[in-house]
Amino acid sequence: MDIKRIKQDFPIFNQQVNDEPLTYLDSAATAQMPNSVLNAIEYYYRHDHANVHRGTHTLAQRATAAYEQARQKVGDFINANQTEEIVFTRSTTESLNWVAQGLTKMINPGDVIVATVMEHHSNLVPWQQLAKRTGAKLRLIGLNDQQELDLDDAKRKIDAKVKIVTIAHASNVLGVINPIKELSSMAHRVGACMIVDGAQAVPHLPVDVQDLDADFYAFSGHKMLAPTGIGVLYGKMEWLKRLEPSQFGGEMIDQVTQQAATFKPVPWCFEAGTPNISGAIALGAAIDYLNQFGMDQIADYERQLAVKAIPRLLAIDGLTLYGPHDHHTGVLAFNLAGIHPHDAATALDLEGVAVRAGHHCAQPLMKELGVDATLRASLYLYNDQKDLDCLILAIKATKEFFENGFEKA
Amino acid sequence: MGLRRLNYLYRAVVLEHASHPHHQGAMLDADAQTTLHNPTCGDTINLAVKVDHDHISDLMFTGSGCTISQASASMMGDVLIGQSVDDAKKLIHDFSELIMGKEISSQAQDQLKDAAILGSVAQFPTRIKCAALAWHAAQELLE
Repeated sequence: MDIKRIKQDFPIFNQQVNDEPLTYLDSAATAQMPNSVLNAIEYYYRHDHANVHRGTHTLAQRATAAYEQARQKVGDFINANQTEEIVFTRSTTESLNWVAQGLTKMINPGDVIVATVMEHHSNLVPWQQLAKRTGAKLRLIGLNDQQELDLDDAKRKIDAKVKIVTIAHASNVLGVINPIKELSSMAHRVGACMIVDGAQAVPHLPVDVQDLDADFYAFSGHKMLAPTGIGVLYGKMEWLKRLEPSQFGGEMIDQVTQQAATFKPVPWCFEAGTPNISGAIALGAAIDYLNQFGMDQIADYERQLAVKAIPRLLAIDGLTLYGPHDHHTGVLAFNLAGIHPHDAATALDLEGVAVRAGHHCAQPLMKELGVDATLRASLYLYNDQKDLDCLILAIKATKEFFENGFEKA
Repeated sequence: MGLRRLNYLYRAVVLEHASHPHHQGAMLDADAQTTLHNPTCGDTINLAVKVDHDHISDLMFTGSGCTISQASASMMGDVLIGQSVDDAKKLIHDFSELIMGKEISSQAQDQLKDAAILGSVAQFPTRIKCAALAWHAAQELLE
């Protein structure tokens, strides 16, 4: 991959932050957009903008075709069996909420829902609420000594009472990829529905939903070079047919009388109201951009960057890195002894280095790790060795500032 | 520019308050207490007050957080203890204006003692919440 060229595709990097070149290491929160995606949004609004699925005029036809073409690109990208298994949503959070809401009738008192302690709040709170509504119980799979998902614990917890298993494909903190295929087969052995939060996986790894045997798979556009406000819910057709829509109104209906309505088929029955058309088209453009390189190559590249960064981070006195040390995705969560992550993040920002500080919407995991918060540097295909050099230098300067004093102002 | 600008935020007096906070610890005979969280970063403060004849006779805090939130809580105790409830509410308001980058009277600045130095947080918009946490808790208790 020609990294110099990749960076040039992203106009946002052509700026200084706090008088320093921008070192953007927060792609796990949101990724930046290349020119091709920005152009796709602009092109749509300048040439094809109209509402979808309802106009007879030319623009409406073009907008509809572009929107449905985006659905096909998404389906192909994650190897869905058919394009109609792709539902456009607002975000991963909305996708997961729709599943939790739409499966309510399937859950009875005493049933069990299984998640893990490493889940993002968006794949935990909807299930807590479902459990509360139905009288079901929520069980969380723990971590092993390597701070990875404990498969033995998973085997113990996925028993005959389990109706839903819902797990992140890749952690937004620990830098691990969970063995979804194995977990799917455990879930299916007991007749449970397997749901995957793919927000941190689809942007960074080849994902094949059929190979994973996921019943539902959720992810967001904005973490994979597309804008905010567009998300995806994949579901196996048999499962989408069982899922009750959460929202009702225009676009999703077939026939409406004064007292009742029938709905369109899957996936349109879930897309009530005018959807995020430009967002879907931009997501299609983002997929085209990623496909130029191929997800295998992107995953390899990020892994290599992380593998090189880890020993350099660990060599910094007082630095604790979370998750396994011998293998890691491009998500690097760490703390510096004696320096609160919020203080450190402000210092890094003044050096032009953008990292996240906080609980990363994973408070149960923070508790498990025994911390209130961590720093997190996260990589994407546009990051390079120089970005990591800047990070390491900025961490060292930050330590120097907080440990050995400050100049009296 | 780099880290030199950090000196505006982390003045010696701020670091001193954070590493040796005043009024930190549990209060067993509090008249009122509350716990607030900063949902973006997970910082927590528990604040307890004793009010005697409409005056704050004691104030203590526990919890965890960054340098700014801890220093701010420590400085706030120095400011509010001994004040009437009404004066305390006014000072909380003044502090809130100050960290939002607004001008406050020199008299108010004097009354805010060390806390007045946190006015520099206005230049670091993502950290205003850190400075405000303890003061929000105090406001809640006095309402």
